Amino acid sequence: MSKKRKFYIFLMRSIMIVTTAFTAILVLFLLAYVFIEGIPNITWELLSTKPSYLEERIGILPDILNTVYIVIATLIFLLPLGVGAAIYLTEYARNQRVVTTIEYAAETLSGIPSIIYGLVGMLVFSNNFGTSLLAGALTLVIMNLPTIMRTTQESLKTVPQSYREGAFGLGAGKWRVIRTVVIPGCLDGVITGCILSIGRILGESAALLFTAGFAHALNNFFTGLRSPGATLTVALYVYAKEEGEFEVAFAIAAILMMLTLLINLSATLVGKYFAKRKNI
Amino acid sequence: MSEIITTKDLCLWYGDNQALKNINLAIPEKSITALIGPSGCGKSTFIKTLNRMNDLIPSVKITGEVNYKGRNIFSKDTDVNELRRDIGMVFQKPNPFPMSIYDNVAYGPRTHGITSRVKLNEIVEQALKDAAIWDEVSDRLKKNALSLSGGQQQRLCIARALAVKPEVLLMDEPTSALDPISTSRIEELILQLKEKYTIIIVTHNMQQAVRISDNTAFFLLGDLVEFGKTEKIFSQPKDKRTEDYITGRFG
Repeated sequence: MSKKRKFYIFLMRSIMIVTTAFTAILVLFLLAYVFIEGIPNITWELLSTKPSYLEERIGILPDILNTVYIVIATLIFLLPLGVGAAIYLTEYARNQRVVTTIEYAAETLSGIPSIIYGLVGMLVFSNNFGTSLLAGALTLVIMNLPTIMRTTQESLKTVPQSYREGAFGLGAGKWRVIRTVVIPGCLDGVITGCILSIGRILGESAALLFTAGFAHALNNFFTGLRSPGATLTVALYVYAKEEGEFEVAFAIAAILMMLTLLINLSATLVGKYFAKRKNI
Repeated sequence: MSEIITTKDLCLWYGDNQALKNINLAIPEKSITALIGPSGCGKSTFIKTLNRMNDLIPSVKITGEVNYKGRNIFSKDTDVNELRRDIGMVFQKPNPFPMSIYDNVAYGPRTHGITSRVKLNEIVEQALKDAAIWDEVSDRLKKNALSLSGGQQQRLCIARALAVKPEVLLMDEPTSALDPISTSRIEELILQLKEKYTIIIVTHNMQQAVRISDNTAFFLLGDLVEFGKTEKIFSQPKDKRTEDYITGRFG
């Protein structure tokens, strides 16, 4: 091998190593920075109280609850709609062109910047229900519908045709076949879709700024839905940008990152669990 | 012996492709009828027409009649689900549901409204005994059916079909995915089932047709070429094409 060629190989290899190292360091730096700044600020008082100007205290309990509420409310609407649509498209629909069109529309919908959902949600939902967690949740439903519909559809397609034939062959009607044989077979897709959606809901801020508002009031589920409220991500924005409380912002950031980690982990575990169950 | 299923000028198209051409056939009760013929000759299509499993394929068009106990199964007042309870089916590849052995066999009876635990236990046990698999699974009815071997899975599928108490059992190459030992067990089983059920079996295996069937129908390119007693078909076929096929000149 000529010297020139050897040098060239060495050079390219080095460049690739540097780019990889750069990427890795960037991620690690971000993680370390947020955790180092954030974790010391996560105190019991922060997690268990609401903010009070009189006592000069900041607590993020309302924001945590709002996040939980909005996740629950979104899933309540999202699951039946998304799973129902997926079942219709794969099990009932006969017109392939309609199916393709809807799938394409869903694909496109999932690529739209979330701030546009926020704008529409504000005009449609907040105008009708007031700026509230409910308006935010409904906006998130539209945002996440494509995700849950597509993951359910993909997993419906993996349910072997022979199961359906076997059930029909025993005299089962269409709905019984779907309920007893098809849906249990696509549970993994539904759960994966849910976990992905929860992840997206936790991380969403732009669409909620318009629709759900910024309040830090401590409410129960039903009052909460009808009142404005900040989720953790929105609260992070508010504390960092409007109030300059960077300790709180970093604490929230650290919490959000841990939650994200947890969600990714559970998605992997669920996937593994179902893969194992299918291969007995 | 009376005839339980008769077809009259039965034609079937997949889109523009005619897969069955004017099939006229009468299947005697409590006997084994073998359907033979090269791949693509229409024998599987024919068997799937008898319990209207072809309804699941959108592009299928059917003309003519299939009469089950004297009634046309394509008439409007036929309940497809009841028809499929009376005319059960065992498929080429064993297809147990991913549930327990018990739930697999109980699936059919539950579908048709039986909920009593005692009654279900009774039906499941009888069906598994009739399918000659009870001794192998009686101590692990709660185990997942997919943990059984291929041959056991196929006998489980037969038990599952028997559990709804059908009159006719359609079998679409039930042994083609199995090893020789499992195959001979299933053949023995089919011979026993003849006492209670009418069996129509599609097979690629000429010896199998000779071993187990009373009557044989030979299909070719969507035509029913010849139908008659199995000994007759295999010893003195009337049609030259049947002779060529059973002596292995094509297929």
